[in-house]
Amino acid sequence: MNVIEAHGLRKAFGKTIALDRVDLRIEEGRILGLIGPNGAGKSTALNAILGLTSYEGELKVLGRDPWNERNELMRDVCFIADVAVLPRWLRVSQALDYVAGVHPRFDRAKAESLLARTSIKHTSKIRELSKGMVTQLHLALVMAIDAKLLVLDEPTLGLDLLYRKQFYDSLLNEYFDRERTIVVTTHQVEEVQHVLTDVMFINQGRIVLNCSMDQFETRYQEVMVHPERIAAARALKPIHERQLFGRSILIFDGVDRQQLAALGEVRTPSIADLFVAVMGQAGAAGQKGAAL
Amino acid sequence: MSTPSGAIPETLSAAQADAPSAMPATRPLYWSMRREVWENRSIYIAPLAVAILGLCGFLVSLIWPVKHETGLMGIDPAYHTVALAMPYSHAAMLLLLTGLIVGIFYCLDALHGERRDRSILFWKSLPVSDLTTVLAKAAIPLLVLPLLLFAFTVVMQLIMLLLSIAALLISGGSAATLWRQLPLFQLQFVLLYTLAVSTLWYAPIYAWLLLVSGWARRAILVWAVLPPLAIAAVEWIAFHTSHFGSLLLNRLFGFAPDAYLLTMPDGSVVDPHFIPVSQLAPGRFLASPGLWIGLALAVAFLAAAVRLRRYREPI
Repeated sequence: MNVIEAHGLRKAFGKTIALDRVDLRIEEGRILGLIGPNGAGKSTALNAILGLTSYEGELKVLGRDPWNERNELMRDVCFIADVAVLPRWLRVSQALDYVAGVHPRFDRAKAESLLARTSIKHTSKIRELSKGMVTQLHLALVMAIDAKLLVLDEPTLGLDLLYRKQFYDSLLNEYFDRERTIVVTTHQVEEVQHVLTDVMFINQGRIVLNCSMDQFETRYQEVMVHPERIAAARALKPIHERQLFGRSILIFDGVDRQQLAALGEVRTPSIADLFVAVMGQAGAAGQKGAAL
Repeated sequence: MSTPSGAIPETLSAAQADAPSAMPATRPLYWSMRREVWENRSIYIAPLAVAILGLCGFLVSLIWPVKHETGLMGIDPAYHTVALAMPYSHAAMLLLLTGLIVGIFYCLDALHGERRDRSILFWKSLPVSDLTTVLAKAAIPLLVLPLLLFAFTVVMQLIMLLLSIAALLISGGSAATLWRQLPLFQLQFVLLYTLAVSTLWYAPIYAWLLLVSGWARRAILVWAVLPPLAIAAVEWIAFHTSHFGSLLLNRLFGFAPDAYLLTMPDGSVVDPHFIPVSQLAPGRFLASPGLWIGLALAVAFLAAAVRLRRYREPI
């Protein structure tokens, strides 16, 4: 079943087009990373999926129209939108009471056991917690909700490395099963690479790359090329080339691995490096278009 | 809290689909109202503080009585009841005024604060509809606050009565006159009536303030007050009439002529310190078009606030 399905999804703010006829399909049991520069349309896409903003085109989330059926949808969808949105006056115990009071799928015992592993006290107010602890609390609340789709918008922004690592570890080990679906946007791309099953690059309201991590690994290769073989390597049309410690690192799209192995050491590029490569291509194409 | 969501096998999607219906629709409303009281503790702290201060003042007046309160001797017997009721109705008026101020400031912040501190994104991540949220917020000035005020006033008046009796007994007097002539239960019944009547009459004001607090990005009080004043001013300048202005004034002070019979059977004017139950006119109040026009406006403002909250983002 497709958890999210969009056809010609479009959203414009005045003359700025945030989403430009996006087609999208996300299946059940995936962890999708939505990667893009600031202002690329990531948040707009997530807001549309969560029914927080209206849109043009067709969009179904868990078979529902998020804008018109938002109340029903929110029983099955959970999100952490940005960090630090828990109200500062709320007590930890009140947060538990409230979510237990309004959410039919909240498992209080699970939230309590997740919190027991942290140093968060029930009597504390949110304003007394550190940023990392607030995120721990929010994650504990969200993980105790038996939702079908979890949306995370920059969930680890401003957290230190330890909390960020912990965040994704507990998400993977204690929350994710093959029936749930997670969509995450982040700028800390390196940290989510091993977490994702799918990756999507979005730029200027359009999807510029959309593939599973399995496809990603077979399709894209990064080669550290010996200087004497650089001409041969360039003949294979790399999509990106950069210099590191005097060596050239080339990224190839869909070139045979055996062929590349002759040129130097082959490995899978990081999402971050591929992102730079793909954005560079998109930028060059855009400039060419403008020049013509 | 007892929702057995953990007990439902995850593979049984039919059982999962049934789970939400296990929760009555009023539960989110109830918890949303509790949430409002957690956030806005002034709802009960302000009336409580005023009640305690009022009691302190009353205690002082018992210990060092001013001349006109030394007894009923110099007072026309016809006014004994009014004179006895006076401190008690002053206490009630004090709390009513406090409640009005708390209600106004609560409404001004209710739909603005959650956008200011971005917590609206958290509230919207839970299955609580905009309608439930706005209704919970409207229920604070329209339901919770009046009931709290009534309870506080009743307790405060009982403590005042006990203090008076104690003072009389200590000074060697008799509490019999006070006990016989103070119409305490009548006062409290009239208070309940006044709370109901004024809350219904002021409902459009509260709803308007909620709407503005959901709409304005800043300076909510200015947006709430200036447009109605501007309309009145423009009307005055353009047509030299003041229909809109008198409508506003009527909304602020106009419920009394409909809700009470202001003339006693003997032709005298009712003393606001003691309105006998016989002077209440619920039928006339319920039949007054002003009430129903106001309630219709309140519903319209609240509906607009619900609609608006769908589109609202943090500011």
